[in-house]
Order: sequence, then structure tokens, then C-alpha cells
Amino acid sequence: MRLEPREKPSLLITFAYPALAILAVFVFAGFLVSLSGANPFSVFGLVLKGAAGSQFALFETLTRATPLIFTGLAAAVAFRAKLWNIGAEAQLYMGAVATVVFGTGMLPLPSPVLIPILLIVATLAGALTLLGPAFLKVRFGVDEVVTTLLLNFIVILFVSLLLEGPLKDPMGMGWPQTKKVIAEAQLPKLIQGKRLHFGFILALIAAVAVWIINTRTALGYEMKAVGFNPRASRFAGMKVDRVMLKTALLSGGLAGLAGLSEVSGLKGNLTLDLSPGFGYAGIVVAMLALLHPLGVVAAAIFVAGIFVGADAMSRAAQVPSYIAQVMVASALLAMVTAVMFTRYRLRWK
Amino acid sequence: MGALELLFSASLWAAAIRIASPLIFATLGELISERAGVLNLGIEGIMTVGAFAGWFTVYQGGDLWLGVLVAALAGSAFGLLHAILVVPLGLSQHVTGIGITLFAASLTYYTYRLAFPEVTSPPKIEPFQPWAVPILSDIPFFGEALFRQTPLTYLAFIAAGLVGWFLYRTPAGLAVRTAGENPAAVEAQGIDVTKVRILAVVAGSALMGIGGAFLTLSAFNSFYFEMVNGRGWIAIALVVFGSWRPGKALLGALLFAAFDAYQLRLQQLAGAFVPYQIFLMLPYALSILALIIMSRRASYPRALMIPYRKGER
Amino acid sequence: MTDTVLSLDRISKRFGALLANDAISFDLKQGEIVALLGENGAGKTTLMNILFGHYVADDGSISVFGESLPPGQPRAAIQAGIGMVHQHFTLADNLTVLDNIMLGTEKPWRLSSRKSEARQRLTKLAQDFGLAIEPDKTVADLSVGERQRVEILKVLYREARILILDEPTAVLTPQESQSLFATLKKLTAQGLSIIFISHKLNEVLNVSERIFVLRAGKLVAERPTKGTTRKELAELMVGRPIAEPKIEPQPKGDVHVAIRAVTTADGLDHADLVLHGGEILGLAGVSGNGQTALANLLSGLSHPKSGSLHIFGEDAARWTPDLVTRKRIARIPEDRHAEGLVADMSVTENVIAEIYREPRFNKRGFLDWRAAEGFAEEIIKGFDVKCPSPATRVRLLSGGNMQKLILGRTLSLAPHFILACQPARGLDIGAVSYVHERLIQARKSGASVLLISDDLDEILALADRVAVIYRGRISEPLPSQQVTIQELGLMMAGHGFSEGDAHAA
Repeated sequence: MRLEPREKPSLLITFAYPALAILAVFVFAGFLVSLSGANPFSVFGLVLKGAAGSQFALFETLTRATPLIFTGLAAAVAFRAKLWNIGAEAQLYMGAVATVVFGTGMLPLPSPVLIPILLIVATLAGALTLLGPAFLKVRFGVDEVVTTLLLNFIVILFVSLLLEGPLKDPMGMGWPQTKKVIAEAQLPKLIQGKRLHFGFILALIAAVAVWIINTRTALGYEMKAVGFNPRASRFAGMKVDRVMLKTALLSGGLAGLAGLSEVSGLKGNLTLDLSPGFGYAGIVVAMLALLHPLGVVAAAIFVAGIFVGADAMSRAAQVPSYIAQVMVASALLAMVTAVMFTRYRLRWK
Repeated sequence: MGALELLFSASLWAAAIRIASPLIFATLGELISERAGVLNLGIEGIMTVGAFAGWFTVYQGGDLWLGVLVAALAGSAFGLLHAILVVPLGLSQHVTGIGITLFAASLTYYTYRLAFPEVTSPPKIEPFQPWAVPILSDIPFFGEALFRQTPLTYLAFIAAGLVGWFLYRTPAGLAVRTAGENPAAVEAQGIDVTKVRILAVVAGSALMGIGGAFLTLSAFNSFYFEMVNGRGWIAIALVVFGSWRPGKALLGALLFAAFDAYQLRLQQLAGAFVPYQIFLMLPYALSILALIIMSRRASYPRALMIPYRKGER
Repeated sequence: MTDTVLSLDRISKRFGALLANDAISFDLKQGEIVALLGENGAGKTTLMNILFGHYVADDGSISVFGESLPPGQPRAAIQAGIGMVHQHFTLADNLTVLDNIMLGTEKPWRLSSRKSEARQRLTKLAQDFGLAIEPDKTVADLSVGERQRVEILKVLYREARILILDEPTAVLTPQESQSLFATLKKLTAQGLSIIFISHKLNEVLNVSERIFVLRAGKLVAERPTKGTTRKELAELMVGRPIAEPKIEPQPKGDVHVAIRAVTTADGLDHADLVLHGGEILGLAGVSGNGQTALANLLSGLSHPKSGSLHIFGEDAARWTPDLVTRKRIARIPEDRHAEGLVADMSVTENVIAEIYREPRFNKRGFLDWRAAEGFAEEIIKGFDVKCPSPATRVRLLSGGNMQKLILGRTLSLAPHFILACQPARGLDIGAVSYVHERLIQARKSGASVLLISDDLDEILALADRVAVIYRGRISEPLPSQQVTIQELGLMMAGHGFSEGDAHAA
């Protein structure tokens, strides 16, 4: 058995295989759901209803998609250059830390000044968090997968330390949480009375910006070349190490923005459960989008829909909401497999 | 006790060996896989599966050793999935591994919630008890440190020896090592590289499963969410630290665990002055440090992470 | 002694649109050496991979010692007594010689390897055939010649009766090749049969008894070695008469490159070399003697630890690849796939790889893709690159077209100095002569060319002067009319290089 590259994958295959992969995920999830004794079809009905069945549900899905767009872009940017940033979770939290440090009253400025400042510090905080592992990679050849993974644990502990120490809200009844950001630091709601906030627009802008960087700029070209073949890139005169570091800054910065958006747009303060794994889910989002920045938006909404829908469903039916995570993880595996088969065909001899 | 005296207490070393045990299993498992040329980032999820599968078997009335066996089988099942995706299909080992971890962990949690929808405090089992090795356990200091452990700990050390023997003294081990260095050499001898790699990943994942089961069957007595807590990632760092050699990896795991046991005790000593989070960070920081130190000397298996396609050069 | 030991009957194999083997039949008799001659891409390697079970033929059958060989099973081929020495050695560098030899010779699930017995057998085998080797050395520490010995011993250890050698001399000095041929004669005297695959005519004439010529997947001729000539074989191989490149003498120009006593971390050791405009300087040497280090140095990928490097009169010791390109130095890298091109990017993306920083493509960090595509089209036309469009992924191009693309992107900038590393490696004759033609043209226009090649015929055909690189040192160049292949071979083996002295005596 061996794989033979397809010279030109047909349009049908390019779309049918990924669709089949998603179908397979639903079949598998349906099987798991049926184990709980529930009817898979009514359960998926509930998921769909919970994710998109009402205006409220739709807004909720978009709200949940917002951080996923940022972390999805972070992964997409990094993976394209073969910088395996598995640490978006840490970068998100560091972005959130920066937001509460500067946004809880330290800078008493009007919104139009304060919010750009917060954007910058959150981006920087995320960017610098990834710069360390990226530096270790280019300087010492230390595998960034392991360092970014380990850094996730360190950063969570660091945040926990801050929440019980310097950043602890004195009025928080002893809970490990920070003060709320001041009104000027809050991102406006998009629609009065709904949770969907300006962070979503920022995420869309970020997606378009990454798309432009990828396709139009020298940096985007360099990141692509370095990702495919660092040796040839170096031979051609690209400064591969520097491209890696720039990629790290961009990727980490995007993940940092996820932290800002969650704190300033939604939660108001920083707690240890700010992110239920947005960093890891971002990897899935990026892969589902085939690393395309605009695809990330769609994939993030899809993944967010599964999460939001599954939450609603699990309240209504007695199916554990972990089904959402199972679906998202199996979607990742199914999708990378499907994409492989759009590029190669299986030969049995 | 002072900080220095701590180092000479047998209980510290007994704890170190206890802490090392799951890491030894996991590190050996990753090591076999990487020696064959396959990075297995599914390790964290596979350990979670092992922890749950072992515990659940015993909870359902199974024997403890049956639990260990089931954990190994469950681990190897997910290993097989990883292997199929990255070996014959040649998918990115990074992405697939992370996918396996997410998949295995979430599936475990789903199953757990399915089985125990209501419980708030996790149900308990009767775990492995320490077994004092006759005569040896009476040796002062060493007896307490080494020979009053649970059977799974002894198994970890035996496994290290067996893995070393396998890799360096058997024909199959030679095939595994060559598959990680130059798969074309394996193919040229009429041995199926794909088969060798898949088997290595599956066997390695069985060990990772047992490593996970150590947590629920020996170290604790029930299954908690997030209980693997990065041990899989630490094992990956330990493989690098041990230069892909079972003996050195064992030593690395012990060193690491000794440090961890030491910091736990130091924490009680200095906890009033230093926030506990700093201590909890240390194992992860130490792993990163180990990677940095070893990175210059590391001689990776040459074909690590490079998919092999028959007939291609 | 004329029993047929192997016969192939109408073997065919198709890859997509390409008919790699078209009903090929031939036979091999005991104790003889036959040569399989053909250009790159003629189907030799495919045929041998079928014989060895790596591929399954679409059609046809193989029999060994009168019994038919099951297709697609390397193990069956080994057990039937077929042994293959691959062009790219199939050795694991970090393992010992003994480990490499023992791999696959024992039942896999034995609990313990019989190492000491194996060591004894290997030592005896090595003595019997005069192939000295240290079983416990790591392969990484062996020279290329020694590695080939390990490959041959590996095959003999498995009691092979039929030996297939795929381009075995590609990495050897002429003298090492001679000693290999002597070994082969020794083997046939003991009753082994050998298939010798090559595209080098002299060797084939030297070593074989019968010659089979493959062209474009077909067996086009069978000749007894005694009854054929170099010229006939060449034409059979290519399918048309071939013209040797013509080089007019011309006066040397200014000094373009001056390397003085340069030592680098990756293998140059007090190397000296001076290159003038309007000349082609050929650098011969056994691979691994510092060619890559020299290429890296001149490409800006590495820098001298000591000594001086001047290019066009400027101090170039710290030049980076970026600067090297800007100074209009053309580089043809040794390995097209690994270094020259990004196979998964398009033709357009590849042609601008070296110059996308220049203002005509780069407006404040934004790339002008229309200009880039125009440049790509220019090259496709100007250098006769066969590809559907500038948007085609480079992976889909043939080796010859990849090389033309590299030539195009760098020669279209009118370079003054061309660093050509193995420019013809792996190309078919048409593409080879195209590459050579281009180099000769550049020389005519006053550029200097440094031609680094493993192929002595290529060097002697093109170069004005020839130097030899050995263990990181470079000999004083000699006019190419005045040296013979034998002399070069001796120098490649280190004759004339004294310890500590930078120059050949």
C-alpha cells in the first residue's frame, strides 16, 4: 500500500472529502450520544437549536467564536511557518493579564485612547510570551511544541499567583479574581443588551489583516517559504531565524488579543476560568480552516456553535457536554485525514 | 528539619521513586516510539485514558492487575490510531498528536460523565499497597527508600530494563532503532517499515497507558479530571534529556522526581514566604531547562518526524 | 558456467502517464557481469526496484534459478539470493557496522541477538573477499568507500548469488572504482553474477561482459562488450548523435574570486583558490572533501574562521546570501530539492525567492505579484521551462525543468560570477547539454564560473583549468588540456597534498 500524489485534485474531491469528514464526526458523535440512551437525532436537533435556533443563540455563538477566531489565527499564522505554537492558552492569559494591569484604573484615560493602548499591551504580552520559546527554537534548537505546552502550565500558575496576590480584587470576598476593568476600558457591545461585543469586529479585522499579510506582503511570503523549506529559504537569502521570531510575535500577539477581548468585551475581569481551552481549540479551528485566515472565521463559528449548542443540549437532555470537546477533537483528526486524501490517493500495490 | 537534612531522609527518596514511576512508564513509551521515528504527542491524552480505563476496570470489580492490562490495551488502541494516521498516511506528527491528546482526553471525560452523571466526589477504589521486598526492605535507608514501594513501581524499573534489552539486544529492537535512523535501510532488508513503526508506537502507548494507570491504581485511589497534569509533556522532555536512551531516561526521571519531591517538602518549610505556585511551576520550568541544556548535545534519531513513503527517497 | 540464473520476461510498469518500463526482457548467466546502461529516467532504477520487490510490475514475470519470484516482496528476493547495493546507501549512520549488517538477518522475535557469532562470520567474510572493515565502528565515521564496502558485505552476508549495483561509482575516485571492479571480478570468479547499473560509458566498457541499453523505458539494444564502442553506446543511449560542447579559447579577465588560506567550521582547511573572469574553473574531488563547505562559503551561508575571501575586489568574508545575490552572484545549488527550490510553492513564488526584496517586486513590504508573474513568464520563455503556467507548483516539474528554472532565475540577472554545484546531476542528456551551453555562454560574456562536480568527464569537457579538493584543501589549478583522468584520480585520493601544506606540491 502506498500513497500517490494527485496531480490535480478535482473540485469534487476537494469539497466532498472534508464534508465527509464532518459527516463522520457527526456519525461518531451520534453513536456516543446513543450510548447515553438519548436519541442522536433529537440531540443534534437540540445542539443546532442551541447554537443557531434563535437570535439569542446566534449571538451567543458569535460571542463564543470571538476568542476562537483570535486563537485560530494565532495557530494558523504559526503553523503556516511550521512554528508549532501550542501555547495560545498561555498567550491568551498573558494578554488578559496585561489588560487588567492597565485597564483597571492605572491609566484613567478616555476610551478612544485607553482601548488602543490596551490593544497594544495585550498584543505585546502575548507576543513576548511566545518569543521565549521561539528564541529557544532558533537559538538552541529546542522543540517549541514541548516548551509552549509546558509554558501553558507555568502561565496558569503565574496567573493564579497574581490572582491571589498583587492583582487580587480587595472587594472580591476572597475569590481569586481581579478587579473589573474601568468603564473606559470596556469594549462596547455591538447591540444594546446583548453579550456580543466589539471584540468580534476586532477579530474580523484581524482575520482580514492576516489574510493581507499572508498573500500580499514580503513577510507573508517569507513565512510560507520558511514553513515549506527553511533550507531553501536560507539559501535564497531569507533570514530564517528572524522570520521565525516575527511569526512568533504575530502569532503570540493574536492570541494575546483573545485575552483582551474576553476581559474587556465580556467578563470584565480576569479569573482562572477565563479560557475553557480556547488556546487548544484554536488549533482545531486553524486546521479545519486549512490555515486560511478567512476560513478561520468560519471554522471558529462552527466550533463555537458546537460548544454553545452542546451546552444548551446538555441542560435539556442528559448527555454530558463533553460531547462538544469530543466532536471538536475528532473533527481535527477527521479533517487532516480528509485533506490528506484530497492530495494523495491510496494505491494498493 | 532543615532544607539540607531533607535530602538525607529516606522518606524523601521513597517519595521521589513514587513520583518517578508514572514518568518512567511514560518516558519509556515515548522513547520507543521516537526511536522508531515517530513523535507521539498523544501521550498526555493516552495517559488520561490509561488512568481512567485502569481505574474503571477495578471499580467495576476487576482485579488491580486486570486494570493495568486494560489500561495498557486502552493506551495502545489510541496509539494505534495515532500510528495509522502518521505512519502509513504520513500526517503531521505534531498536529495529529495534539489531536489524539484532545480526542483521548475528551472521550475519557465524556465516558466518565456518562458513567457517573451525578457524583460530586469521585468514587474510590482500593489501590495497590506497598509491598516490602523481603530482606532488602530491612536495609537501613535504602530499604525504606527503594524496597517498600507498590508493585507497579517495581514494574516500572523492570520495564526500563526490558526496554533497554529489547532495543539493544534483540533483532526486533535493532529494526526499531534503524527505522528511526534510516527507514530505507529497513526496507532494503525486506522488513516493512510501516509495520515496525506502528508496532513501536502501539507498544509505547501501552506503556503510557500503564503510566496513567499508576496515578489511579497506585498513587491515588480515584480518577480526577486533569489529573495527568502535564506529566506526558514532561516525559517528552525527559526523552530528550535522556538522549533517547532508556538508562539515561530512567535516571532523568528519577532526578526530576527527586527534585519534585524535594520541592514539595521545601514548600512546607518555606511555604509561608514563597507562594506555593512558584513551587508548582518548578517541574515545568525544570523540564524546559533540561531541554535547553541538552539541546546542544541532543542527537535526535535522524528520521524522527520524517514520514517514510515506500520507494521514495 | 553458462546457466541462466535470472531472467526477466516482458516486465512493464506504468506511473500515471509515464511508461517507466515497457516489456523489458533480459537474462543473466552465472559468473557474468552485465551492464544496464541508460540515462537518468530511462527506467533502470524502476526495473531494479521491481526485481527487488519494492515495486510490483504491471505485467511480466521474473524467475531466479529457475523458480518464479513472487512480486512485491523484498524478503522473497533476498531469500532467492538477490542482493542490491543502492546508489544512496541504505545504512543507518548512528549504528555500528555490525548492527547495520545484522539488521533483518535473524528472526525478529528472538530474545537475544547472536552478536559475537555474527561478528566472527563478518570478519571471515571480509577476509575472504579482501574487504577490510571494523565491525564495531559507527557508520558515520566511515569514508564513502568504506560505506560501500559495508553495503557489499551486507549483501554477501545474506549469501546473495546475484548482486545488483546501482551507480556504484558515483561517489568513488577513479582508483577506488578500479579496486571495486577488482572486487567484482573476484566475486564472479566465485560464481556470483552481477548486474552493474551505470550511465558512465567507460566503466561499463571496462567491467562488463554484456551490455543492455535502456532508453525511455524500452530495452533498445543488447551488445557484447567486446563488439561495441563508446560512440555506439552513447548514441544508443540517447537515441541520436550527440555533439560535444565546443569551447573557444579566450583570454582570462580580472580576478573575480580570491580565496586565501580560508578555514571554515564545516570543512575547509586553509583553502586557496583564484578565479578569473571569462574562465570556467572545474573543481574535482571525492564527495565529502569540502565541496559543500566551499559552496556554502561562496553562497554566504558560512564565513571563514581564518583566511580571507575577496569577491570582485571586495572583502566578502561576512557576506550573507542576501548580499551575495545582490552582488549578482549566481548560485546553482547542489541539491535542487532541498536547497534550490521550495517544491510546494509555485513557479512565480520560486523565481522571486532571491530577489523579492528588490524594489521592482517589493513596494514597502508589499509584493507586486504582477511584476513577479511577468518575471516568471520571461524565464519560462527565455529558458525553455516546460510548465503549464507560472502558478504551477514546482513539485510537478521534471528535474530538468527545475534546473532550468534555477538557471533562469539566476542567470537572467546577468551575473558576473557563477557558482555551479553539480549542475548536471540527475539530468537527462538533453538537459545536461542545455545547462552546459548556458555556462559556456556566460563564460563567453566574461563571467567567471566555478564548476564543482563529481563527474570528471563533465569537468574535463567544460573547464579551462582544473583543481582538486581534498580534505578541505584545494590544489593549484592546472590547465585542463594538460591533465589526465588518472592524474586527477590520484590527486582526488590525496596524492600531492602534504600534511600542513596548503598547496599541492
